[in-house]
Amino acid sequence: MSTFLIRRLAFAFVTLFAVLTLVFVLVRIVPGDPAQLILGDQASREAIDALRHRLGLDMSMTQQYTAFLLGALRGDWGVSMVSGQPVIGEVLKVLPWTIELTLVSLIIGIVLGVPAGVYAAIHRNRFVDYAVRISSLLGLSFPPFVSAIILLLVFAIALPWFPVISARSGSALAWYQSITLPAVSLGLISAAYVTRVTRSAMLEVLSEDYVRTARAKGVPWNVVIWRHALRNALIPIITVVGLYLGILIGNSVLTEIVFSRPGLGKLLIGALNQRDYPMLQGMMVIYTLIVVLVNLLTDLAYGFVDPRVKLQ
Amino acid sequence: MSAVKPAVPPTAAPTPFAYFASATLKAFNTNKTSWIGLVVFLFVVVVAILAPWIAPFDPTDQNILEKLRAPTIEHWLGTDSFGRDTLSRLIWGARISLIIGVVSTLAAMVIGTAIGMLAGWHGGRLDTVTMQAMDVLLAFPSLILGLILVAMLGPSMTNIIIAIALTSIPPFARIARAPTIAVKEREFVDAGRALGYSDSRILIVHILPNILPEILVMGSLWLANAIRTEASLAFVGLGVKPPIATWGGMIREGFENILDSYWLALVPGVAILIVIFALNLLGDGLRDAIDPKLKGET
Repeated sequence: MSTFLIRRLAFAFVTLFAVLTLVFVLVRIVPGDPAQLILGDQASREAIDALRHRLGLDMSMTQQYTAFLLGALRGDWGVSMVSGQPVIGEVLKVLPWTIELTLVSLIIGIVLGVPAGVYAAIHRNRFVDYAVRISSLLGLSFPPFVSAIILLLVFAIALPWFPVISARSGSALAWYQSITLPAVSLGLISAAYVTRVTRSAMLEVLSEDYVRTARAKGVPWNVVIWRHALRNALIPIITVVGLYLGILIGNSVLTEIVFSRPGLGKLLIGALNQRDYPMLQGMMVIYTLIVVLVNLLTDLAYGFVDPRVKLQ
Repeated sequence: MSAVKPAVPPTAAPTPFAYFASATLKAFNTNKTSWIGLVVFLFVVVVAILAPWIAPFDPTDQNILEKLRAPTIEHWLGTDSFGRDTLSRLIWGARISLIIGVVSTLAAMVIGTAIGMLAGWHGGRLDTVTMQAMDVLLAFPSLILGLILVAMLGPSMTNIIIAIALTSIPPFARIARAPTIAVKEREFVDAGRALGYSDSRILIVHILPNILPEILVMGSLWLANAIRTEASLAFVGLGVKPPIATWGGMIREGFENILDSYWLALVPGVAILIVIFALNLLGDGLRDAIDPKLKGET
């Protein structure tokens, strides 16, 4: 294994550890006693003590911290205060919905964004470039729930082409119907980001000497653009896509709510409203795991598209 | 001979700010959309300041007999499910969005810049650890972190500002660090040291002005982000408490009546979009001004 990979793995591990610690602290900065908050003012002393014991709040901070870290790594994330089910089970049940939504949105973003960015870069300072720049700026100005509401109003209410509640699954048609609007609403915003970074990365690369050389020796323009230039512009694009995936997972919370779609977002908001601390803690762990994994994949992708990265 | 004069006298080295100002003007003139962004944003600021005088109704006045009215002469944008005037709530809501956005962005700017400059200035282990921490914070979805922070601390204006500011610190730290490291090696810093200036004086008087333009550009872009985050928090019910009008809260309430009174959710949604778009147009133009190389980068 290369040192590059080892360094990245080490960073991933540090990140995981740091965020888990952050989660531990966050859940404990709540003013007041969580057990009291959960049970309300009328609760008896015994009930509060029992709950404190169940939540492990009667242990010392160090014990709680060790127990939390070990539990997080072992997949023992405690039991939901609301449903009484293990947190990890509840999370894993809805996880595929969120992953599916995020991936389809990202694919929409890349499929629309990369060609648009390349096209704008080739036609720099022409009308089409301005049009692409302005529309991508508009796209990334959209709060995700606003784009979702507009799509919902137009394509589910004014034109009844799609269901208002996107929770169906089963047949291929039902899947298509339930994923389209949520994924398009997030995908268009992703496309805006991808377009902008592709455009600027391409502009940078197109002014390089090797592009001029390739043209001078008679390589067809299309091949220069797509094989020579875009290949070299991929690194910044991958960086932004990797970073954007984190934003996308955050944004999906809002989209899931607008479209009443099951997923981590709905679970998170439910847990927030009901102050389901074990659930919140578990959800932060899963978000952290996703982010760390995405970062690792991004790093691996660097090495894959650009062998020079591994040597650094 | 052309009549074109250089923007600064050639004898004096331009101060970063004079350069920034002249470059901004030039970028604004070649990039007309920046003007649109600036004008629209200033319009919203003026509306927010004048809210008590220009709002036709009290934004919290309920009138159950007039609830869920479509737009009329009296209520230009209709009324909500409590019979409150949507236009008045929209005008007052601009205040909340701007106050939370501006205060949290300013806080993030000051704290983030300080962290970045100190890390870059001292270098070594402090630098590594701080920036690693910033990277971790940057990697975590900021909206989710904001949601959890506000839920834990309780949804008050101060707590919302704290949460949004905390999640916006890393980008400022990053952008302040790199130029600090670059400037640290320049002769004028050595000269300052030789004159016996303290670290803090060199940092504030000599290095800060060099990086301020970039920070301000980031500020305008992150203000847009802060306004969006505030609205998102309010949309999921973690905004400033009702009955105070906030745009995100209006969308949340309007969304409950989306089937018959769609404008209740649409109008504040479009208002947020316009403000964020204006700020992005403005920030985009400013960024072109300070660094033409970055043109159009996200």
